[in-house]
Amino acid sequence: MRRIISILMENEPGALSRVIGLFSQRGYNIDSLSVAPTEDNTLSRLTLTTYGDDLKIEQITKHLNKLIEVVKLVDLTEGAHIERELMLIKVKATGAQRAEVKRSVDIFRGQIVDVTSTVYTIQLTGASDKLDAFIGAIGEAQVLEVVRSGVSGISRGEKVLSL
Amino acid sequence: MEMLSGAEMVVRALQDEGVEYIFGYPGGSVLHIYDALFQQESVNHILVRHEQAATHAADGYARATGKPGVVMVTSGPGATNAITGLATAFMDSIPMVVLSGQVRSDWIGDDAFQETDMIGVSRPVVKHSFMVRDAKDIPEIMKKAFYIATTGRPGPVLVDIPKDQTAPNVKNPYEYPKKVKMRSYAPVSRGHSGQIRKAVEELMKAKRPVIYAGGGVVQGEGSELLTQLAHRLNFPVTNTLMGLGGFPGTDPQNVGMLGMHGTYEANMTMHNSDVILAVGARLDDRVTNNVKKFCPGAKIIHIDIDPATISKNVMAHIPIVGPVQQVLEEMLAALDEYDGEPDKKALERWWEEIAGWRKVHGMRFETNEDGPMKPQQVVQALYKATKGDAYVTSDVGQHQMFAAQYYQYDKPRRWINSGGLGTMGFGLPAAMGVQFAFPDATVACVTGEGSIQMNIQELSTCLQYGLPVKIININNQALGMVRQWQDMQYGGRHSQSYMESLPDFVALAEAYGHVGMKVTKFEDLEGAMNEAFALKDRLVFMDIYVDPTEHVYPMQIADGSMRDMWLSKTERT
Repeated sequence: MRRIISILMENEPGALSRVIGLFSQRGYNIDSLSVAPTEDNTLSRLTLTTYGDDLKIEQITKHLNKLIEVVKLVDLTEGAHIERELMLIKVKATGAQRAEVKRSVDIFRGQIVDVTSTVYTIQLTGASDKLDAFIGAIGEAQVLEVVRSGVSGISRGEKVLSL
Repeated sequence: MEMLSGAEMVVRALQDEGVEYIFGYPGGSVLHIYDALFQQESVNHILVRHEQAATHAADGYARATGKPGVVMVTSGPGATNAITGLATAFMDSIPMVVLSGQVRSDWIGDDAFQETDMIGVSRPVVKHSFMVRDAKDIPEIMKKAFYIATTGRPGPVLVDIPKDQTAPNVKNPYEYPKKVKMRSYAPVSRGHSGQIRKAVEELMKAKRPVIYAGGGVVQGEGSELLTQLAHRLNFPVTNTLMGLGGFPGTDPQNVGMLGMHGTYEANMTMHNSDVILAVGARLDDRVTNNVKKFCPGAKIIHIDIDPATISKNVMAHIPIVGPVQQVLEEMLAALDEYDGEPDKKALERWWEEIAGWRKVHGMRFETNEDGPMKPQQVVQALYKATKGDAYVTSDVGQHQMFAAQYYQYDKPRRWINSGGLGTMGFGLPAAMGVQFAFPDATVACVTGEGSIQMNIQELSTCLQYGLPVKIININNQALGMVRQWQDMQYGGRHSQSYMESLPDFVALAEAYGHVGMKVTKFEDLEGAMNEAFALKDRLVFMDIYVDPTEHVYPMQIADGSMRDMWLSKTERT
């Protein structure tokens, strides 16, 4: 099962490499990863997606918690949550395709952020499967370049991950 | 406030931590620190002959005393030579602080002379690591390093110190912190009371119980309480390789070591049990054999300080996360309050069954009147000569298993071996560390002609400091454990497991200024042992020739359950 694990950790050099190292050392996979400082600049928030059954995820979270620089973490997929990913995608847009691509962008509520005579650069946010669906709709043959931010997530309601 | 250089701060911090010994080897990046060490007397530096030995010596010191072992190495090769020792300590949860020199801060990343990314290289084998980025931080980093190494599940901590941060002309105020506060590190201090009560209920209902005690009992100072608990309940106890001595070896309730080379009765007791009380143990692959077939009828109560150890390999029915000592204390109190007694009749039947297993296949080996000596006889003779009261360190291989099986450890911290990582070359430097900690104690290093050659240069260190370690070299002229596997699984093809061109160990010991003895006949063994141990102030290297064809038994059959064992070359369960 796909999981989104959100980690608050000390914003210190080397902290990120310990998290990444743990995954490779213990044979776990990281599907996507995003990390940036929070409103408190001594803390970073790291969000990663991984796959595994309950037992495996329990081991992953226990080992992450053992890392000295990890302050707190939550498996967002355990409760209601909001998931977003940002994608910038460059697609071929010539002739009749220009209108067709534009329509798809509107349907997916994306924005065309750069235009040339042959190329559209589109910005799209949403859950990862929505971004996948957009690529499917455009058709992979039309896609020139894709860059995705990795998943960010936050719990719904009053639950917060903070100190 | 006192103004000190970074180098002086490092040394002062060691003093403030009460460090007696630091094992190390100087080099360019740590010269400022060595100069500061030179100008004081309370921290004794022990000069080894190879950095790996420094880490094992500190490790042996830590295992024997419970105090953290401290190491200093220079950058680059000095640091990388310490990696095996870090990994050894990490696997066995040994508290250790390793200080490594680093090239000056502005050269980091430039592939400078003797530069290695030590933080990166050591990352998977340390509990934590620090890089000193500002000399002002040294007191706090040192305090944290010792705190992290010794609390929770102990482990090695590395402090990487660039040379410029120790410069003698840059002084900063020094005050050693009294307390550590870390928002991201809070080791568990108490087990869950509800879980402990639940465990007690389960123990009271048990008809075929067993206590399975690991290295956590020794490390966590839980031996006395565990012994009380076992006596109180009249349950059989089995120790892991790391747990030997955690429950007295000669106690009638001790069924011996369990696992791959455990006793028949220990493995049978485990397999047939209905409740297992696992204390400070990891349920690792050398114990469980195939986890899918592990103890099919048993409910598992698992006490460990590390939550990640619980249910890692085998699901625990009642997990208890907490320090062994505190949990056992509370468990004993909960037993007092419990209304009821253990099922005496069932326990009687259980003990009869165990006695039956012991009788049929207890520990034994065949001796050969005219043929070569057996390695087991050497360990038995060592036990006799030292009256069972020595500190025994070992290397890795057949001799290690024989020393675990045939020497009975009645006290914790007497059996010192690399259990998790299985590091050949551990025994001699570890024995040095133990001898420094207890200068008057009898320290024996049980080794083999393969392992001893992995750190034999330390004979020179032993001469320098007058360490009267007794080296029991069980010489079978082969890498015994490798050879055993080749006999059993590779059709007897002894690929690279011979030890050809062995040195004359007696002459070698003498060349290093020690006493050497060669023993080839069983009838000379006892006399030679007594003679060696009577030389209280000399290192004696006993080179004892034994049967090269001997195997370690019992031996669990790969992928089977705990009860599937080879009992000799021809018998299996």
